[in-house]
Amino acid sequence: MRTWLRLGNRLLFYLLVAFVVVYSAFPFYWAVISSFKPSDALFASDPSFLPLPFTLDHYKNVFLQANFGRNLLNSVVVAGGATLLSLFLGVLAAYALGRLPFPPRNAVLYLVLAMTMFPQISVLGGLFMLLRQAGLFNTHMGLILSYLLFTLPFTVWVLVGYFKGLPRELEEAAYVDGATPLQTLVRIMLPLTGPGLVTTGLLAFIAAWNEYLFALTFTVGDKVKTVPPAIASFGGATPFEIPWGSIMAASVVVTVPLVVLVLVFQQRIVAGLTAGAVKG
Amino acid sequence: MLTQRQVRLAWLLVLPTLLVVVLVAGYPLAQVFYWSFFRADIAFVEPPEFVGFKNYLYLLQDPDFRQALWNTVKFTVFSVSLETLLGLAIALVIHSNFKGRGLVRTAILIPWAIPTVVSAKMWQWMLHDVYGVINILGVKLGILSQKVAFLARPELVMPAIIAVDVWKTTPFMALLLLAGLQLIPEELYEAASIDGATRWQQFWAITLPLLTPALVVALIFRTLDALRVFDVIFVMSGVNPATRTLAVYNRQTLIDFQDLGYGSAISVAILVLIFLFVVAYMRTLGREALR
Repeated sequence: MRTWLRLGNRLLFYLLVAFVVVYSAFPFYWAVISSFKPSDALFASDPSFLPLPFTLDHYKNVFLQANFGRNLLNSVVVAGGATLLSLFLGVLAAYALGRLPFPPRNAVLYLVLAMTMFPQISVLGGLFMLLRQAGLFNTHMGLILSYLLFTLPFTVWVLVGYFKGLPRELEEAAYVDGATPLQTLVRIMLPLTGPGLVTTGLLAFIAAWNEYLFALTFTVGDKVKTVPPAIASFGGATPFEIPWGSIMAASVVVTVPLVVLVLVFQQRIVAGLTAGAVKG
Repeated sequence: MLTQRQVRLAWLLVLPTLLVVVLVAGYPLAQVFYWSFFRADIAFVEPPEFVGFKNYLYLLQDPDFRQALWNTVKFTVFSVSLETLLGLAIALVIHSNFKGRGLVRTAILIPWAIPTVVSAKMWQWMLHDVYGVINILGVKLGILSQKVAFLARPELVMPAIIAVDVWKTTPFMALLLLAGLQLIPEELYEAASIDGATRWQQFWAITLPLLTPALVVALIFRTLDALRVFDVIFVMSGVNPATRTLAVYNRQTLIDFQDLGYGSAISVAILVLIFLFVVAYMRTLGREALR
């Protein structure tokens, strides 16, 4: 009787686990197989749960007809640029905030913390005007700059944590050897924060890669437009025909690199996410 | 003396970041605040006119604003509470030891890794009124008596979008809560078992109280995100009044209606709303983190 009860419990538990996995993964699975089905199979009343029949037409369509390649390149430039700039500025600031005697340190940290929670929408109008005045409207630089609004504070905040965690003796040894603080940062601290840089860089990149509101508002046409607004506005040959196959293909193309990155760096991302959330 | 030099260096290193903060947050914010007292269009076709608090007075009577505020509150309350319950359940499941735990952890990261715009499009396709898999499966399994236009029916569109948001954000919640669960010492449960406490009693007496800090953090974090929701709403139903949240309405006034003055007043209102939550956030977290 008891073994039966335990077996039943076990079974129930694994059913629950299976449900969690299906619930999380099925929509993406459905997007992937939809992207490989020819249109008539896509609009079948009894759709198959495998990508059969199989076609690459939607992918060809996305890259040949639409300016999707251009959008993809824009996303790489903008997200990459915002990430590198945030890491560069963030390392300098975080080193100062984490390791140097610096009287208004708490005030600056509070400022940065407040910024991580800043609603993008409430500066939309101001940024719009600023970018236009500066001639940066519809430029990569304009988007990169505006993305610093959310990538930089996050980077600083998480890196301060990493810097604070390094042992004091390392620095002191370097000073005894006559190194300047800047040399200490570059030669000793930076290599040790490598994992932190990878994690924060990755999270900043993902945030910038996924950003929609600014990209939608600060760009016109496909010259600078990144992938999210492009996918959101994908149209068909006529306004009545939404090209679901192509939308799913484009979705898969922008998501697969992210999913792969996330899976590869899973442990670190979870650590970074929780650190970022717990600390800011 | 090294310290003097260090202080100067510290300033020098922080300066670029502070400049960026002023440039992308401080200055635009000052602009938004300034223009909220004007009647002005965003292209300055007409010369701006100072109107004092008129925009704010209008905001108090604007039924569209009220509706947007109500939509935002509805969205926030439902999505945050659902994802908290679901996230807690998932966290408890993956906290226990079982074969294939890594795989499950990986699976629940997928929704988080997908861009919001993409997940909105995916679900739009799955919720399609004729060809959507949810409708087809729902009818086949007898859950739905007939196909439903989830995103076209005014009373269904908000719940549908909330369901999509819950799907997307629950993993994040689950991960935060899992991190909290892992901090609870195993010995407490062992001692409780020896004393004869049931699983359920252990949950109420040990897990929940000790998880509270993590739960509070996660709740505030997600609430802030939900209050400023834009992407999922705008992609799935545009500026539909039934789902239009504050952020969506704000962008519509600023960009579509080109109304810089009133749009700025809405921005300030949103900022004040969020600010109240940020203060709560700082109270619970800031002090601890600055230690």
